[in-house]
Amino acid sequence: MSLRTDQSLIAEWIKTGSRVLDLGCGDGTLMEHLQEHQEVKGYGLEIDEENIVECIHKGVDVIQTDLDKGLSEFKKNTFDYVIMTQTLQAIRYPDKLLKEMTRVGREAIVTFPNMGHWKNRIQLALAGHMPKSKTLPYEWYNTPNIHLCTLTDFENLCAANNIEILNRATVDHEHQSSLGMKLFPNLLGEIAIYRFRQND
Amino acid sequence: MQESTRPVDNVGLVEPKTAHFSETLALASGSELHSFDIVYETYGELNKERSNAILICHALSGDHHVAGYHTPQDKKPGWWDNAIGPNKAIDTNRFFVVSPNNIGGCSGSTGPLTTNSDTGKPYGPDFPLVTVKDWVKTQAMLADQLGIDVWAVIVGGSLGGMQCLEWSIAYPDRLKHTFVIAAAPKLSTQNIAFNEVARQAIRSDRHFNDGHYYETDDKPELGLMLARMLGHITYLSDDALDEKFGRELRDGEIKFGYEAEFQIESYLRYQGRAFVGRFDANSYLLLTKVLDYFDPASDAGGSLAKAMAPATAEFLVISFSSDWRFSPERSQEIVSALLDADKCVSYIEIQSKQGHDSFLMPIPRYHQVLSTALDRIAEGLGIS
Repeated sequence: MSLRTDQSLIAEWIKTGSRVLDLGCGDGTLMEHLQEHQEVKGYGLEIDEENIVECIHKGVDVIQTDLDKGLSEFKKNTFDYVIMTQTLQAIRYPDKLLKEMTRVGREAIVTFPNMGHWKNRIQLALAGHMPKSKTLPYEWYNTPNIHLCTLTDFENLCAANNIEILNRATVDHEHQSSLGMKLFPNLLGEIAIYRFRQND
Repeated sequence: MQESTRPVDNVGLVEPKTAHFSETLALASGSELHSFDIVYETYGELNKERSNAILICHALSGDHHVAGYHTPQDKKPGWWDNAIGPNKAIDTNRFFVVSPNNIGGCSGSTGPLTTNSDTGKPYGPDFPLVTVKDWVKTQAMLADQLGIDVWAVIVGGSLGGMQCLEWSIAYPDRLKHTFVIAAAPKLSTQNIAFNEVARQAIRSDRHFNDGHYYETDDKPELGLMLARMLGHITYLSDDALDEKFGRELRDGEIKFGYEAEFQIESYLRYQGRAFVGRFDANSYLLLTKVLDYFDPASDAGGSLAKAMAPATAEFLVISFSSDWRFSPERSQEIVSALLDADKCVSYIEIQSKQGHDSFLMPIPRYHQVLSTALDRIAEGLGIS
């Protein structure tokens, strides 16, 4: 199965032979790719049973886990990278989980939908309703995305927690990047991708 | 039952085999068995490479009869027939399944019912206490006799799952994968407490006679029945019992007496009596002790992760949401230790209503997980 662009970017950032923990690993596509092409070892954490079966099918080691309960199973710096794609916004305590990610991994990578994208801003400012898009397809009352943020919000949280951002990229809902996004990421980027680590 | 009417997904008629071992077996307790037998069944065919063998480790009251029927008249197939057979989750078209009866039991392998050659009488209560380590050692000896150097998978539920853990520690090179189902890394205090009540029920039966009851007409049936009734409650969930029986009365009204009034009472009595017909009290006592003693971490300074360090198998750990005897948290202890020890492991908690007994039930997601994992293993072995 081919990777989404955000996953491809992540794969580029990950060194061959690394140990990786993938939080909310879904059907295991990214871990399978990393195992097959980059000699990566590690585990996926996932809550959905069907996804877990799919991971087992792919030969991805998967542990059924509720991420809201933290990562206490894992010791400090057990992994080179702890990844979480498109899940941060559905986590109950994203600030705590980010800290957990940087405790368990030497580096961490997250992707999330950017609430600061111009279409979201217009929907709220002019149409007066909660933003909906291909990236954010839910109604306000049934969305699993309880902690949406913008790039600025995320970077402020990192700064407050002494988390150093090592890489930043943005893509659109088709997971393409553009020059505009590079110039005005918080306005034009639909999906944000960050690599970061905890500074002591 | 006619051959033609038997379901096509069944292994059909099977015959138990006996492996004899004439060498002395040194047991963990320090005792010895000068020779012993293991009764076992096999389903499917061992391939030319001898790489497709699956070992099934049974639980407390299980035995070697896992799938198929012994006679056409049998009403029930083996205890895990819903999972083992042609095109089933554990597919006997692809895998060679071996299921031994552990020593100390009462289904044919050497145990308390066996005649002690030194005395010419059944061992009875003098049969030495055995451990999971002893069992795994005898299973390895059986594997030698069958010419199986490496198991593709070792599968076990409950006490069977404990044998899986012991295999992976004691003989890491002799298994590729293991499915540890509804298990625990050791009994909890509460588990031991339940076992003690069961033992006291048997030992205080007036016919128990310190275990020397084979020569008499009276057996400690009441004690064994009580032990089983107690055990049975712990195998089921509160919800499952409630759903099945509720507060339903046998005769529709309260009779103000001590005969079985509620349906659950007569059900438990029935289960207890049925068990007495097929199980030996001395074996039951011994088997509860096997459970109590299992604690691989105790050999590694209390660290299960350290205990698991030698393991090289890939683990699949499965728990059931309604299991309170060996709850999902107990399986998670195993998973945590395996993660800590940097082992290959996957873990899933299956949603179920039937409590600890869920591991015997044909729950679709559960069987899907087994078959998906086995598909992948078969692929790795080059078995179509």
